Amino acid sequence: MDLQSCVNIKKEWDIVGARQIGRDIAKKIGFGTVDQARIATAISELARNIYLYAGRGKVCFEAIDDLNHKGIRIIASDEGPGIRELTDVMEDGFSTSGGLGAGLPGVKRLMDEFDIKSEEGQGTEIKAVKWLR
Amino acid sequence: MRIPILKLHNYLLISIQIDLDDQTAIQFQEDLLKKIHESGASGVVIDLTSVEIIDSFIAKVLGDVVTMSDLMGAKVVLTGIQPAVAMTLIDLGIHLQDVPTALDLEQGLIKLRQELEE
Repeated sequence: MDLQSCVNIKKEWDIVGARQIGRDIAKKIGFGTVDQARIATAISELARNIYLYAGRGKVCFEAIDDLNHKGIRIIASDEGPGIRELTDVMEDGFSTSGGLGAGLPGVKRLMDEFDIKSEEGQGTEIKAVKWLR
Repeated sequence: MRIPILKLHNYLLISIQIDLDDQTAIQFQEDLLKKIHESGASGVVIDLTSVEIIDSFIAKVLGDVVTMSDLMGAKVVLTGIQPAVAMTLIDLGIHLQDVPTALDLEQGLIKLRQELEE
């Protein structure tokens, strides 16, 4: 089962494309409808952040199939300006774009594992994992 | 892409049946307000039965269009939010507290009639 792919994010429509592909992969791995919606929503938030703040970047998905663990890993990366206020962006309600400020803290709650690396002027990489239960 | 807005007596009915991208959502917001203005509708039902994903942006657009319509004097009810969508919205921390909702289109119309006291 080769379930690995990347979607380049450079226009707004790519946000929809990324979440549709991610949802398909999640479905193939065996996630139920609720987790499919969680995964697709998380992808949508990550892809939108790339589009809004970095302009371009990519979102990659891969199926994790270890001995006793199955799941999906999402890696969203860009070479944008990076995030200076890393602790702020993980707070509910913090936004610099007039949005709801629900994006990153939301993704953390939607997924099981969440890791963010960002360097000013270098870009941002977010890895998130959802395990199949 | 444009989302069709149907008029029924003094109500407007919308069924969203596509995966909403940002541009379509914004266009819909504008179209609905224009249609309320033109038709003088007093109530609006937006049915979300076929919507599989509402992320923070779409939630904001929907919440805003309810407030904007309210400012114009039209009540909006959101109907048919799927269980998976309700669960992801709460995970996102979005509660849409001031937004009237109902189980389905029929309940939505009943709710509108009550709100408008017709």
